[in-house]
Amino acid sequence: MSTQTIEKAVEKKPAETVFSKRRKKFVIDPLSDDNPITVQVLGICSALAVTTQMKPTLTMAISVTLVIVFSNLLISMMRSLIPGRVRIIVQLALVATLVTLVSEVLKAYQYDMYKELSVFVGLIITNCIVMGRLEAFAMANKPWDSVLDGLGNGLGYSWILMAVAFFREILGSGKLFGWPLFEAMGIEHFPTNGLMVTPVGAFFILGLIIWVQRTKTGYVEH
Amino acid sequence: MQQSNTYIIVFSAVLTIILGGLLSLANQGLKPMQDKSVELDTKKKILSAVTDLKGKKGNEILDLYGETIESIVVDIHGDVVTSDKKGIAVVAENIDIAKNYKSAPEERMYPVFKYHKAGDKDAIEAYIFPIYGKGLWGPIWGFIALETDLNTIKGASFDHKTETPGLGARITTNEISNRYVGKKVFDSNGSLASIKMLKGENHPESALDEHHIDGLSGATLTGKGVNEMLESYFQHYQEYINKAKNNATQKVALLN
Repeated sequence: MSTQTIEKAVEKKPAETVFSKRRKKFVIDPLSDDNPITVQVLGICSALAVTTQMKPTLTMAISVTLVIVFSNLLISMMRSLIPGRVRIIVQLALVATLVTLVSEVLKAYQYDMYKELSVFVGLIITNCIVMGRLEAFAMANKPWDSVLDGLGNGLGYSWILMAVAFFREILGSGKLFGWPLFEAMGIEHFPTNGLMVTPVGAFFILGLIIWVQRTKTGYVEH
Repeated sequence: MQQSNTYIIVFSAVLTIILGGLLSLANQGLKPMQDKSVELDTKKKILSAVTDLKGKKGNEILDLYGETIESIVVDIHGDVVTSDKKGIAVVAENIDIAKNYKSAPEERMYPVFKYHKAGDKDAIEAYIFPIYGKGLWGPIWGFIALETDLNTIKGASFDHKTETPGLGARITTNEISNRYVGKKVFDSNGSLASIKMLKGENHPESALDEHHIDGLSGATLTGKGVNEMLESYFQHYQEYINKAKNNATQKVALLN
């Protein structure tokens, strides 16, 4: 786990709009300035493992986002009931339940994806982003704020994953969402790069994304 | 805030019951759909060994399967098996090849899928056999289809669990499975010769014959696994193949 600041519970203000400026920040911050992958460096395992092609990556991104949003919501709703001494176990049990639900639904309706993602759907349980958000945010904030925070972090995770998968699929297999891009452009034998198909390729792409992002935002690790 | 032990125990128990109940509900509720997905997946793989399923969806594939595939189960001696040791009727599609693989070859059950003209069970066009073996890192499996002469390969489809992407994992591509088409399982004397992948890739046409195909560059061990898988399963099915061949010749003799 990397450095994590615990957000302070925000004081109750009367008549705050559903999407006030403060709440918008919950969604927008994790997209870039506080991105769970590139800044907090959480959830790297799945970012390396599932991003060889865009289709499974999209399924994974949606699954993770759903799990973060709903676990944030539910934990936030129960936060005053959860005994402090067993809170991690309670969080884990809830996350595991949600992940199992996602996995069962995938098995029923998206069997090909279920097979392709195989163990990585189950491994969402151990995705540090999910537990991180529960501990850092949902345990101390109101349900709606937690939903927005979960959504922001889910989307922050998703877009990075999709970006990595975009480059890996194009350079590694010459395709986009399984559609042969280079053949369609009339290039018959595009020299695909085998490195991109292996997790090492994801490390390179992720490193480059982090480099570009930190050059732009001027973020420095302390 | 420090809660009492009783509170913690009651809270945990209630939470466990609620979450457990939710999970079993979801599992029961989704079971029919999941079973259908698994069934579709198996049937898709069987059919893809003999025909191109591009553009066909769910129910179309199931219909096509119902119209064109007749399945039986045989034992190592080539005799048809209808029920297992406990007397329960066996269905070829439900046989778990991976589980079966763990028992001794003599005790396994071997499904045979006969691909015939739609609606006409006697007009067999191909025999499809499931195969299973070990690759470099983990299990590999697939289906191999033979022409009606029970010698020439009509088609193949392979799958794997953990072969190296870009190297051994290439066995799933059509590029590789197409190399098997037209090759022969038995030599001119009728004894088993199987089909072997050579070491290395881009062999000249002259280096290949009807029992050898071009290999996988960088995945010699996966190729070896495929070779062993094919050879062992051709052996297991040999008795059945011989019997089916005899039947076919008898039928022809009767017709004449």
